[in-house]
Amino acid sequence: MDISRSHISDTISGRQRLMDRFFQALTTGSAWLVLVILAGIIVSLFVGGWQALVAFGPKFLVTDEWNPVTERFGALVPIYGTLVSSVIALLIAVPMSFGIAVFLTEVAPGWMRRPIGTAIELLAAIPSIIYGMWGLFVFAPVMSQHVQPWLQARFGDTVLIGALFQGAPLGIGMLPAGIILGIMIIPFITALMRDVFLTTPKFLKESAYGVGATHWEVVWNVVLPYTRVGAVGGIFLGLGRALGETMAVTFVIGNTHRMSASLFEPGNSIASTLANEFNEAVGDMHTSALIALGLVLFMITFIVLALAKLLLLGLESRDSAKS
Amino acid sequence: MCIFPKQLKHTATAAAMLLGLAAGLAQAAETINGAGATFPYPIYAKWAEAYKTKTGTSMNYQSIGSGGGIKQITARTVDFGASDAPLTVEKLNEIGLMQFPMVMGGVVPVVNLEGVKAGELKITGAVLADIYLGKITNWDDAALKKLNPNMKLPNGKITVVSRADGSGTTFIFTHYLSKVSPGFKEKIGNNTSVAWPTGVSGKGNEGVASYVQRLKGAIGYVEYAYALQNKMTFAQMQNKAGQFVKPDSETFQAAAAGADWKGTPGFNLMLTDQLGAKSWPITGATFILVYKKQEKTETAQQVLKFFDWAYHHGGKMAEGLDYVPMPASIVKLVEETWKTEIKDASGKAIWTDGMVQK
Repeated sequence: MDISRSHISDTISGRQRLMDRFFQALTTGSAWLVLVILAGIIVSLFVGGWQALVAFGPKFLVTDEWNPVTERFGALVPIYGTLVSSVIALLIAVPMSFGIAVFLTEVAPGWMRRPIGTAIELLAAIPSIIYGMWGLFVFAPVMSQHVQPWLQARFGDTVLIGALFQGAPLGIGMLPAGIILGIMIIPFITALMRDVFLTTPKFLKESAYGVGATHWEVVWNVVLPYTRVGAVGGIFLGLGRALGETMAVTFVIGNTHRMSASLFEPGNSIASTLANEFNEAVGDMHTSALIALGLVLFMITFIVLALAKLLLLGLESRDSAKS
Repeated sequence: MCIFPKQLKHTATAAAMLLGLAAGLAQAAETINGAGATFPYPIYAKWAEAYKTKTGTSMNYQSIGSGGGIKQITARTVDFGASDAPLTVEKLNEIGLMQFPMVMGGVVPVVNLEGVKAGELKITGAVLADIYLGKITNWDDAALKKLNPNMKLPNGKITVVSRADGSGTTFIFTHYLSKVSPGFKEKIGNNTSVAWPTGVSGKGNEGVASYVQRLKGAIGYVEYAYALQNKMTFAQMQNKAGQFVKPDSETFQAAAAGADWKGTPGFNLMLTDQLGAKSWPITGATFILVYKKQEKTETAQQVLKFFDWAYHHGGKMAEGLDYVPMPASIVKLVEETWKTEIKDASGKAIWTDGMVQK
């Protein structure tokens, strides 16, 4: 080894060394550029939203009024809408994706895996505006005529959760938005879960099957513990996407700045508020409040990703402690 | 996300213009730039195309929204700005702009009621305001029955549909409702986007239209052209003179002609609730913004020439796209104002009578 290296270093020309240094600088520069851009975005969001942040203070986060006429702005309704629609999306997407991933890796016969896997990946390639239009023109009528009346009849009078299903079944509102979001993030979570499930060493699974474990027992007791970190990562990736999704949500959420316990009522999310109002926001305060809203979304996404990272670190350290 | 299709559209427009430019290289390749309101974009684009074929001068218009248009002209990055809502005289003077109305449109209430055809339902401004305030919630309300004694209105909930995005349409609509209803003015007020107390909101005319068409018992408001092209069930409105009128080119022009343009400084005039037996009450013009003091005489003249040509020769094209051209009397008034208000660096008038392209 040593001999050959010194031999090579003797023959390395200055040009090659220069190239290498240039390459190093390029990669380092690219990495730093990302950080600089990130910092730049945060700074410009702060600068742009400063007027509103100063005027409304911390109350900006907990006020539910959003009135461009009186120039009184609070972010509570869009924050609530963003979080609730994303939670609904996760409630739908996580079990579904888990099921699909298990089917694709453990249950499906070999010839089925590729076509179904590809079909699910194709779902991820559909532009979000298509989901929105499909949601409004196809999904919303089905919701309002069949799903929502059924939910209302079934659960409307139930204590506690009954409040979730009140109001006119418009087919437009928090629940439809959450469901559409759920469908949108399924391919992301599925693809990641499938990929990590495939990393489980064959001998572990075979041993489990060998001692008579069922599919479910293998997945739950062998595959999942082995791939927990990756699976959780996939879920958070989906959540990150759900939080920032704009067009699809704008189509079906109803775009109203009102807060309601009912999931049938229209609401608003941060991203769709921005998409709707930024173009024609004339007043400085309105523009500033919208940018501040963007900052809030940035923060929420940041917190979610940070939590995910912490969770993953926790899981990893627990795993390493165990082994 | 929503920016992308628009940018693509601009890129496509720009590409098309470049192609056109290459094809007509022999002609003088001058370009004037404007940005602003989205509502008049289709007609401005159409005019630009026709004008280019005729004179070789390109007009590049970016429909980035009225707010954006005002910002761009303030920053002097464009030759003219465009806004759906007129600026106040103070604001105009502060920046040093003058504004003039370019083309008109109307806002029409549209409904989704079984058995009710376009133009049948009669509504007054006060009732419309109460519906949007959430005070009138059912179609068999006494106030609606009184206006439509011969109609069978269903006993059903009214679903109120409004515009979610900031828009000139909402500005005109809320301006009208604030004018006719003190309650509306106090609770909601007039702006490009407002805090609606009830109902759902759709994005863009198409969003409102699809909500109204989808939800039984819905009422919404859209641009006249949009209601017409989508064959929506529009309602009749009672105007200031107490007459019920249908929305069309004639009633919009009546509203413009009845308005007191001469006595209004800076053309800061909304055409809502105007006098005249035939006036459609929810009419509005869209405005062009230019600097009063022009650094580049040549460009400024090109801009005015373009709009002069559009005034005199663009009417048919406007009507073809369901816009309403400005009446001749107002065009004359606008061009008079150009003469007196727009000056070059040395204080000389930029626009002269001889430049009118009759």
